[in-house]
Amino acid sequence: MERGLVHACAWIVKRDLLLLWRHRAEAANPVLFFFVIALIFPLSLGPEPQMLQSVGPGVIWIAALLATLLSLEAVFRSDLEDGSLEQLLLSPHPLTLLVMAKILSHWLTAGLPLLLLAPILGLQFGIAGYTLGVLLLTLILGTPALSLMGAIGVALTAGLRAAGILATLLLLPLYVPILIFATGATAAANRGLAWGPQLYMLGALLMLAITLAPLAAAAALRIRNS
Amino acid sequence: MTSTLSTIERASMMPYAASPTLEARDLCCRRGDRLLLTRLSFTLARGEILQITGANGVGKTTLLRVIASLMQPESGTLHWRGQLLEKVRSAYLRDLSYVGHADGVKGSLSVAENLTLASALHGGGIPINAALQRLGLGDLADTLTHRLSAGQRRRLALARLLVNQACLWLLDEPFTALDKPAIKTVASMLEEHAARGGLVIFTSHHSTDITISRALHLEDQREWNGD
Repeated sequence: MERGLVHACAWIVKRDLLLLWRHRAEAANPVLFFFVIALIFPLSLGPEPQMLQSVGPGVIWIAALLATLLSLEAVFRSDLEDGSLEQLLLSPHPLTLLVMAKILSHWLTAGLPLLLLAPILGLQFGIAGYTLGVLLLTLILGTPALSLMGAIGVALTAGLRAAGILATLLLLPLYVPILIFATGATAAANRGLAWGPQLYMLGALLMLAITLAPLAAAAALRIRNS
Repeated sequence: MTSTLSTIERASMMPYAASPTLEARDLCCRRGDRLLLTRLSFTLARGEILQITGANGVGKTTLLRVIASLMQPESGTLHWRGQLLEKVRSAYLRDLSYVGHADGVKGSLSVAENLTLASALHGGGIPINAALQRLGLGDLADTLTHRLSAGQRRRLALARLLVNQACLWLLDEPFTALDKPAIKTVASMLEEHAARGGLVIFTSHHSTDITISRALHLEDQREWNGD
Protein backbone atom coordinates (compact mmCIF):
# COMPACT_ATOMS: atom_id res chain seq x y z
CA MET A 1 0.00 0.00 0.00
CA GLU A 2 2.79 2.42 0.96
CA ARG A 3 4.61 1.65 -2.25
CA GLY A 4 1.37 2.29 -4.08
CA LEU A 5 1.06 5.68 -2.40
CA VAL A 6 4.61 6.71 -3.34
CA HIS A 7 3.92 5.51 -6.88
CA ALA A 8 0.69 7.53 -7.05
CA CYS A 9 2.33 10.71 -5.73
CA ALA A 10 5.30 10.30 -8.09
CA TRP A 11 2.89 9.94 -11.01
CA ILE A 12 0.99 13.07 -10.04
CA VAL A 13 4.23 15.07 -9.98
CA LYS A 14 5.30 13.50 -13.26
CA ARG A 15 1.91 14.23 -14.83
CA ASP A 16 1.90 17.89 -13.76
CA LEU A 17 5.47 18.40 -15.00
CA LEU A 18 4.59 16.71 -18.29
CA LEU A 19 1.47 18.87 -18.70
CA LEU A 20 3.49 21.98 -18.01
CA TRP A 21 6.17 20.96 -20.47
CA ARG A 22 3.53 20.48 -23.15
CA HIS A 23 2.16 23.98 -22.39
CA ARG A 24 5.56 25.54 -21.77
CA ALA A 25 4.75 28.89 -23.33
CA GLU A 26 1.93 29.45 -20.82
CA ALA A 27 3.96 27.96 -18.02
CA ALA A 28 6.86 30.32 -18.65
CA ASN A 29 4.58 33.34 -18.28
CA PRO A 30 4.78 33.79 -14.47
CA VAL A 31 8.54 33.25 -14.49
CA LEU A 32 8.93 35.82 -17.25
CA PHE A 33 6.68 38.19 -15.31
CA PHE A 34 8.95 37.82 -12.25
CA PHE A 35 12.04 38.44 -14.34
CA VAL A 36 10.62 41.52 -16.08
CA ILE A 37 9.34 43.22 -12.91
CA ALA A 38 12.66 42.84 -11.17
CA LEU A 39 14.48 43.86 -14.35
CA ILE A 40 12.66 47.14 -14.99
CA PHE A 41 12.53 48.29 -11.38
CA PRO A 42 16.09 49.68 -11.26
CA LEU A 43 15.37 51.67 -14.44
CA SER A 44 12.65 53.64 -12.66
CA LEU A 45 14.63 54.12 -9.44
CA GLY A 46 17.81 55.61 -10.77
CA PRO A 47 21.39 54.42 -10.57
CA GLU A 48 22.28 55.07 -6.92
CA PRO A 49 23.93 51.84 -5.75
CA GLN A 50 23.15 52.22 -2.07
CA MET A 51 19.44 52.74 -2.63
CA LEU A 52 19.24 49.86 -5.12
CA GLN A 53 20.98 47.61 -2.64
CA SER A 54 18.51 48.45 0.10
CA VAL A 55 15.31 48.07 -1.99
CA GLY A 56 16.54 45.13 -4.10
CA PRO A 57 15.53 42.24 -1.84
CA GLY A 58 12.08 43.77 -1.32
CA VAL A 59 11.55 44.17 -5.07
CA ILE A 60 12.67 40.60 -5.78
CA TRP A 61 10.38 39.29 -3.05
CA ILE A 62 7.33 41.25 -4.22
CA ALA A 63 7.97 40.06 -7.78
CA ALA A 64 8.20 36.47 -6.50
CA LEU A 65 4.96 36.85 -4.57
CA LEU A 66 3.04 38.27 -7.54
CA ALA A 67 4.48 35.65 -9.92
CA THR A 68 3.39 32.90 -7.51
CA LEU A 69 -0.15 34.33 -7.35
CA LEU A 70 -0.21 34.35 -11.15
CA SER A 71 0.90 30.74 -11.49
CA LEU A 72 -1.32 29.40 -8.69
CA GLU A 73 -4.55 29.97 -10.55
CA ALA A 74 -3.98 27.01 -12.83
CA VAL A 75 -3.15 24.48 -10.11
CA PHE A 76 -6.62 22.91 -9.74
CA ARG A 77 -8.56 24.63 -12.52
CA SER A 78 -8.10 22.17 -15.35
CA ASP A 79 -8.46 19.20 -13.00
CA LEU A 80 -11.83 20.50 -11.90
CA GLU A 81 -12.96 21.20 -15.45
CA ASP A 82 -12.08 17.86 -17.02
CA GLY A 83 -13.13 15.64 -14.12
CA SER A 84 -9.59 14.60 -13.11
CA LEU A 85 -10.23 16.07 -9.68
CA GLU A 86 -13.08 13.59 -9.09
CA GLN A 87 -10.65 10.78 -9.82
CA LEU A 88 -8.17 12.22 -7.31
CA LEU A 89 -10.91 12.56 -4.69
CA LEU A 90 -11.99 8.95 -5.25
CA SER A 91 -8.50 7.48 -5.18
CA PRO A 92 -8.05 5.12 -2.23
CA HIS A 93 -4.86 6.99 -1.30
CA PRO A 94 -5.03 9.85 1.25
CA LEU A 95 -6.08 13.00 -0.59
CA THR A 96 -3.87 15.18 1.63
CA LEU A 97 -0.74 13.47 0.29
CA LEU A 98 -1.93 13.59 -3.31
CA VAL A 99 -2.55 17.34 -2.86
CA MET A 100 0.95 17.60 -1.37
CA ALA A 101 2.31 16.06 -4.59
CA LYS A 102 0.45 18.66 -6.64
CA ILE A 103 1.87 21.45 -4.46
CA LEU A 104 5.36 20.01 -4.88
CA SER A 105 5.02 20.08 -8.65
CA HIS A 106 3.77 23.67 -8.45
CA TRP A 107 6.82 24.66 -6.46
CA LEU A 108 9.15 22.83 -8.85
CA THR A 109 7.75 24.76 -11.80
CA ALA A 110 6.93 28.12 -10.22
CA GLY A 111 9.13 28.46 -7.13
CA LEU A 112 12.37 26.80 -8.12
CA PRO A 113 12.85 28.88 -11.33
CA LEU A 114 12.52 32.07 -9.24
CA LEU A 115 15.18 30.77 -6.91
CA LEU A 116 17.50 30.09 -9.83
CA LEU A 117 16.91 33.49 -11.43
CA ALA A 118 17.33 35.48 -8.20
CA PRO A 119 21.17 35.62 -8.29
CA ILE A 120 21.07 37.15 -11.80
CA LEU A 121 18.52 39.74 -10.72
CA GLY A 122 20.51 40.35 -7.55
CA LEU A 123 23.38 41.61 -9.71
CA GLN A 124 21.09 44.33 -11.07
CA PHE A 125 20.61 45.71 -7.58
CA GLY A 126 24.20 45.19 -6.55
CA ILE A 127 23.26 42.40 -4.18
CA ALA A 128 26.09 39.93 -3.97
CA GLY A 129 28.07 37.79 -1.58
CA TYR A 130 26.75 37.60 1.95
CA THR A 131 23.45 39.44 1.38
CA LEU A 132 22.72 37.39 -1.73
CA GLY A 133 23.26 34.22 0.30
CA VAL A 134 20.71 35.35 2.88
CA LEU A 135 18.28 36.40 0.14
CA LEU A 136 18.55 32.93 -1.41
CA LEU A 137 18.01 31.32 2.00
CA THR A 138 14.81 33.34 2.47
CA LEU A 139 13.65 32.26 -0.99
CA ILE A 140 14.45 28.59 -0.24
CA LEU A 141 12.29 28.76 2.89
CA GLY A 142 9.71 31.23 1.61
CA THR A 143 8.73 30.09 -1.89
CA PRO A 144 7.56 26.60 -0.76
CA ALA A 145 5.46 28.34 1.90
CA LEU A 146 3.94 30.54 -0.83
CA SER A 147 3.01 27.44 -2.86
CA LEU A 148 1.60 25.60 0.17
CA MET A 149 -0.53 28.46 1.49
CA GLY A 150 -1.51 29.38 -2.05
CA ALA A 151 -2.95 25.92 -2.56
CA ILE A 152 -5.53 26.61 0.18
CA GLY A 153 -6.66 29.79 -1.56
CA VAL A 154 -6.98 28.26 -5.01
CA ALA A 155 -8.64 25.11 -3.66
CA LEU A 156 -11.25 27.24 -1.89
CA THR A 157 -11.99 29.27 -5.01
CA ALA A 158 -11.60 26.57 -7.70
CA GLY A 159 -14.39 26.75 -10.24
CA LEU A 160 -15.69 30.14 -9.15
CA ARG A 161 -16.09 32.91 -11.71
CA ALA A 162 -13.86 35.47 -10.01
CA ALA A 163 -11.48 32.80 -8.72
CA GLY A 164 -8.29 34.76 -9.43
CA ILE A 165 -9.30 37.91 -7.57
CA LEU A 166 -10.84 36.01 -4.67
CA ALA A 167 -7.78 33.82 -4.23
CA THR A 168 -5.53 36.90 -4.25
CA LEU A 169 -7.65 38.63 -1.61
CA LEU A 170 -7.67 35.48 0.53
CA LEU A 171 -3.96 34.91 0.19
CA LEU A 172 -2.47 38.36 0.65
CA PRO A 173 -2.96 38.39 4.45
CA LEU A 174 -1.36 34.94 4.63
CA TYR A 175 1.56 36.08 2.49
CA VAL A 176 2.30 39.29 4.42
CA PRO A 177 4.16 37.57 7.32
CA ILE A 178 6.33 35.63 4.85
CA LEU A 179 7.17 38.87 3.03
CA ILE A 180 7.95 40.74 6.26
CA PHE A 181 10.28 38.10 7.71
CA ALA A 182 12.01 37.43 4.39
CA THR A 183 12.74 41.08 3.59
CA GLY A 184 13.53 41.73 7.27
CA ALA A 185 16.23 39.05 7.20
CA THR A 186 17.88 40.38 4.04
CA ALA A 187 17.70 43.98 5.23
CA ALA A 188 19.39 42.97 8.49
CA ALA A 189 22.08 41.06 6.58
CA ASN A 190 22.64 44.09 4.36
CA ARG A 191 23.31 46.26 7.41
CA GLY A 192 25.46 43.62 9.04
CA LEU A 193 22.94 42.86 11.79
CA ALA A 194 21.74 39.45 13.05
CA TRP A 195 19.32 37.91 10.55
CA GLY A 196 18.87 34.54 12.30
CA PRO A 197 15.61 35.28 14.16
CA GLN A 198 13.73 36.33 11.00
CA LEU A 199 14.98 33.23 9.19
CA TYR A 200 13.87 31.01 12.08
CA MET A 201 10.42 32.58 11.91
CA LEU A 202 10.34 31.93 8.18
CA GLY A 203 11.30 28.31 8.85
CA ALA A 204 8.55 28.04 11.43
CA LEU A 205 6.01 29.44 8.95
CA LEU A 206 7.16 26.88 6.38
CA MET A 207 6.77 24.01 8.88
CA LEU A 208 3.31 25.25 9.80
CA ALA A 209 2.39 25.41 6.12
CA ILE A 210 3.78 21.92 5.39
CA THR A 211 1.75 20.36 8.19
CA LEU A 212 -1.53 22.23 7.82
CA ALA A 213 -1.85 23.57 4.26
CA PRO A 214 -2.28 20.21 2.43
CA LEU A 215 -4.95 19.19 4.96
CA ALA A 216 -6.82 22.45 4.50
CA ALA A 217 -6.48 22.38 0.70
CA ALA A 218 -7.74 18.78 0.55
CA ALA A 219 -10.76 19.65 2.70
CA ALA A 220 -11.45 22.71 0.54
CA LEU A 221 -11.32 20.60 -2.63
CA ARG A 222 -13.84 18.15 -1.21
CA ILE A 223 -16.20 21.02 -0.46
CA ARG A 224 -15.68 22.69 -3.83
CA ASN A 225 -16.40 19.47 -5.67
CA SER A 226 -19.61 18.58 -3.81
CA MET B 1 7.25 -10.65 -18.43
CA THR B 2 4.52 -12.38 -20.39
CA SER B 3 3.92 -14.88 -17.63
CA THR B 4 3.60 -12.13 -14.97
CA LEU B 5 1.13 -10.22 -17.11
CA SER B 6 -1.01 -13.27 -17.63
CA THR B 7 -0.93 -13.94 -13.88
CA ILE B 8 -2.23 -10.42 -13.26
CA GLU B 9 -4.82 -10.90 -15.94
CA ARG B 10 -5.93 -14.18 -14.44
CA ALA B 11 -6.09 -12.62 -10.98
CA SER B 12 -8.32 -9.82 -12.17
CA MET B 13 -10.68 -12.30 -13.78
CA MET B 14 -11.24 -14.17 -10.54
CA PRO B 15 -14.58 -13.75 -8.81
CA TYR B 16 -14.77 -11.42 -5.81
CA ALA B 17 -14.31 -13.40 -2.62
CA ALA B 18 -16.55 -11.63 -0.12
CA SER B 19 -20.11 -10.83 -1.07
CA PRO B 20 -20.41 -7.07 -1.36
CA THR B 21 -23.69 -5.28 -0.84
CA LEU B 22 -24.61 -1.66 -1.19
CA GLU B 23 -27.60 -0.40 0.70
CA ALA B 24 -29.24 3.00 0.59
CA ARG B 25 -31.65 3.89 3.37
CA ASP B 26 -34.05 6.80 3.09
CA LEU B 27 -31.76 8.92 0.94
CA CYS B 28 -32.74 12.53 0.35
CA CYS B 29 -30.54 14.54 -1.99
CA ARG B 30 -30.44 18.23 -2.63
CA ARG B 31 -28.87 20.19 -5.44
CA GLY B 32 -28.78 23.90 -4.76
CA ASP B 33 -32.21 24.85 -3.40
CA ARG B 34 -34.02 21.93 -4.97
CA LEU B 35 -34.79 18.71 -3.20
CA LEU B 36 -34.27 16.15 -5.93
CA LEU B 37 -34.80 12.79 -4.30
CA THR B 38 -36.82 11.96 -1.24
CA ARG B 39 -36.64 8.83 0.88
CA LEU B 40 -35.00 6.59 -1.64
CA SER B 41 -34.10 3.09 -0.44
CA PHE B 42 -32.61 0.18 -2.30
CA THR B 43 -30.23 -2.71 -1.83
CA LEU B 44 -27.85 -3.98 -4.45
CA ALA B 45 -26.27 -7.37 -3.90
CA ARG B 46 -23.44 -9.35 -5.46
CA GLY B 47 -23.68 -9.69 -9.23
CA GLU B 48 -26.48 -7.19 -9.70
CA ILE B 49 -26.73 -4.43 -12.29
CA LEU B 50 -28.92 -1.42 -11.53
CA GLN B 51 -29.98 0.97 -14.25
CA ILE B 52 -31.17 4.40 -13.17
CA THR B 53 -33.49 6.15 -15.59
CA GLY B 54 -35.47 9.35 -15.43
CA ALA B 55 -36.04 12.64 -17.18
CA ASN B 56 -33.28 15.27 -17.51
CA GLY B 57 -32.63 17.11 -14.28
CA VAL B 58 -34.44 14.62 -12.12
CA GLY B 59 -31.31 13.84 -10.11
CA LYS B 60 -29.64 10.81 -11.69
CA THR B 61 -26.17 12.33 -11.65
CA THR B 62 -26.71 13.74 -8.17
CA LEU B 63 -27.70 10.30 -6.89
CA LEU B 64 -24.65 8.73 -8.49
CA ARG B 65 -22.38 11.40 -6.97
CA VAL B 66 -23.93 10.80 -3.56
CA ILE B 67 -23.34 7.04 -3.90
CA ALA B 68 -19.76 7.77 -4.99
CA SER B 69 -19.37 9.80 -1.75
CA LEU B 70 -18.49 12.92 -3.76
CA MET B 71 -21.56 14.60 -2.24
CA GLN B 72 -23.25 14.25 1.12
CA PRO B 73 -26.90 13.27 1.10
CA GLU B 74 -29.31 15.72 2.73
CA SER B 75 -30.44 12.88 4.99
CA GLY B 76 -30.38 9.10 4.98
CA THR B 77 -27.45 6.71 4.99
CA LEU B 78 -25.45 4.50 2.68
CA HIS B 79 -24.06 1.15 3.82
CA TRP B 80 -21.25 -0.78 2.17
CA ARG B 81 -20.81 -4.45 3.11
CA GLY B 82 -23.23 -3.84 5.97
CA GLN B 83 -21.29 -0.94 7.48
CA LEU B 84 -21.97 2.77 7.47
CA LEU B 85 -20.14 4.25 4.49
CA GLU B 86 -18.44 7.08 6.41
CA LYS B 87 -16.86 4.53 8.74
CA VAL B 88 -15.39 2.38 5.97
CA ARG B 89 -14.65 5.18 3.52
CA SER B 90 -11.11 4.20 2.56
CA ALA B 91 -12.05 0.54 2.08
CA TYR B 92 -15.08 1.69 0.08
CA LEU B 93 -12.89 3.83 -2.20
CA ARG B 94 -10.66 0.80 -2.85
CA ASP B 95 -13.78 -1.09 -3.96
CA LEU B 96 -15.11 1.74 -6.11
CA SER B 97 -14.52 2.77 -9.69
CA TYR B 98 -16.40 5.82 -10.94
CA VAL B 99 -16.79 7.14 -14.47
CA GLY B 100 -18.57 10.45 -14.15
CA HIS B 101 -20.23 12.84 -16.53
CA ALA B 102 -16.80 14.38 -17.22
CA ASP B 103 -14.35 11.88 -18.64
CA GLY B 104 -11.50 12.71 -16.26
CA VAL B 105 -9.12 12.53 -19.20
CA LYS B 106 -6.23 14.99 -19.64
CA GLY B 107 -6.20 16.37 -23.17
CA SER B 108 -2.46 17.03 -23.26
CA LEU B 109 -1.52 13.53 -22.17
CA SER B 110 -1.47 10.51 -24.47
CA VAL B 111 -4.02 7.72 -24.18
CA ALA B 112 -1.49 5.40 -22.49
CA GLU B 113 -0.27 8.14 -20.11
CA ASN B 114 -3.83 8.86 -19.01
CA LEU B 115 -4.45 5.22 -18.26
CA THR B 116 -1.10 4.77 -16.50
CA LEU B 117 -1.99 7.64 -14.20
CA ALA B 118 -5.41 6.09 -13.49
CA SER B 119 -3.78 2.81 -12.61
CA ALA B 120 -1.21 4.60 -10.40
CA LEU B 121 -4.06 6.22 -8.45
CA HIS B 122 -5.92 2.96 -7.96
CA GLY B 123 -4.71 -0.03 -9.99
CA GLY B 124 -4.80 -3.75 -9.51
CA GLY B 125 -6.64 -4.60 -12.72
CA ILE B 126 -5.50 -5.86 -16.10
CA PRO B 127 -2.45 -4.34 -17.87
CA ILE B 128 -2.93 -1.05 -19.69
CA ASN B 129 -2.33 -2.47 -23.18
CA ALA B 130 -4.90 -5.20 -22.64
CA ALA B 131 -7.48 -2.65 -21.48
CA LEU B 132 -6.80 -0.44 -24.51
CA GLN B 133 -7.13 -3.42 -26.86
CA ARG B 134 -10.43 -4.39 -25.27
CA LEU B 135 -11.90 -0.94 -25.93
CA GLY B 136 -10.44 -0.68 -29.41
CA LEU B 137 -7.87 2.00 -28.53
CA GLY B 138 -4.80 -0.21 -29.02
CA ASP B 139 -3.55 1.72 -32.05
CA LEU B 140 -4.07 5.10 -30.37
CA ALA B 141 -1.92 4.48 -27.27
CA ASP B 142 0.53 7.27 -28.12
CA THR B 143 -2.03 9.77 -29.44
CA LEU B 144 -2.68 12.88 -27.38
CA THR B 145 -6.25 12.67 -26.13
CA HIS B 146 -7.32 16.11 -27.33
CA ARG B 147 -6.98 14.67 -30.83
CA LEU B 148 -9.54 11.94 -30.05
CA SER B 149 -13.24 12.08 -30.77
CA ALA B 150 -15.76 12.33 -27.93
CA GLY B 151 -16.57 8.64 -28.27
CA GLN B 152 -12.92 7.63 -28.14
CA ARG B 153 -12.40 9.75 -25.03
CA ARG B 154 -15.41 8.07 -23.46
CA ARG B 155 -13.90 4.68 -24.25
CA LEU B 156 -10.65 5.74 -22.60
CA ALA B 157 -12.58 6.79 -19.49
CA LEU B 158 -14.28 3.38 -19.46
CA ALA B 159 -10.93 1.62 -19.89
CA ARG B 160 -10.17 2.82 -16.35
CA LEU B 161 -12.69 0.26 -15.11
CA LEU B 162 -10.45 -2.51 -16.40
CA VAL B 163 -7.07 -1.27 -15.12
CA ASN B 164 -8.53 -0.75 -11.65
CA GLN B 165 -9.58 -3.67 -9.51
CA ALA B 166 -12.87 -2.52 -8.00
CA CYS B 167 -16.06 -4.47 -7.40
CA LEU B 168 -18.48 -1.52 -7.47
CA TRP B 169 -18.78 0.34 -10.76
CA LEU B 170 -20.65 3.65 -10.86
CA LEU B 171 -21.17 4.91 -14.38
CA ASP B 172 -22.85 8.15 -15.41
CA GLU B 173 -24.20 7.82 -18.95
CA PRO B 174 -21.48 5.35 -20.03
CA PHE B 175 -22.89 4.94 -23.55
CA THR B 176 -22.91 8.64 -24.48
CA ALA B 177 -21.10 9.25 -27.79
CA LEU B 178 -20.24 5.56 -28.23
CA ASP B 179 -20.82 3.78 -31.54
CA LYS B 180 -22.68 0.47 -31.74
CA PRO B 181 -19.67 -1.88 -31.51
CA ALA B 182 -18.34 0.11 -28.53
CA ILE B 183 -21.74 -0.03 -26.80
CA LYS B 184 -21.67 -3.79 -27.28
CA THR B 185 -18.16 -4.05 -25.82
CA VAL B 186 -19.07 -1.96 -22.80
CA ALA B 187 -22.31 -3.91 -22.28
CA SER B 188 -20.36 -7.15 -22.29
CA MET B 189 -17.85 -5.62 -19.85
CA LEU B 190 -20.68 -4.83 -17.45
CA GLU B 191 -22.16 -8.32 -17.76
CA GLU B 192 -18.79 -10.00 -17.22
CA HIS B 193 -18.24 -7.82 -14.18
CA ALA B 194 -21.62 -8.84 -12.75
CA ALA B 195 -20.95 -12.48 -13.55
CA ARG B 196 -17.79 -12.27 -11.43
CA GLY B 197 -19.88 -10.99 -8.54
CA GLY B 198 -19.30 -7.28 -9.10
CA LEU B 199 -21.93 -4.58 -8.70
CA VAL B 200 -22.84 -2.03 -11.36
CA ILE B 201 -24.96 1.10 -11.10
CA PHE B 202 -25.35 3.12 -14.27
CA THR B 203 -27.56 5.86 -15.63
CA SER B 204 -28.58 5.75 -19.26
CA HIS B 205 -31.12 6.92 -21.77
CA HIS B 206 -30.01 4.30 -24.26
CA SER B 207 -31.92 1.09 -24.54
CA THR B 208 -29.23 -1.55 -24.20
CA ASP B 209 -29.22 -5.32 -24.41
CA ILE B 210 -27.69 -5.65 -20.96
CA THR B 211 -29.42 -8.10 -18.65
CA ILE B 212 -30.37 -5.65 -15.93
CA SER B 213 -31.25 -7.11 -12.57
CA ARG B 214 -32.92 -3.97 -11.33
CA ALA B 215 -34.24 -0.75 -12.74
CA LEU B 216 -34.83 2.43 -10.84
CA HIS B 217 -36.92 5.11 -12.45
CA LEU B 218 -36.57 8.47 -10.78
CA GLU B 219 -39.51 10.81 -10.80
CA ASP B 220 -39.70 14.39 -9.64
CA GLN B 221 -39.70 14.52 -5.83
CA ARG B 222 -41.85 11.46 -5.52
CA GLU B 223 -41.25 8.51 -3.33
CA TRP B 224 -39.88 5.42 -4.94
CA ASN B 225 -41.07 2.22 -3.32
CA GLY B 226 -38.46 -0.45 -3.88
CA ASP B 227 -38.30 -2.63 -6.96
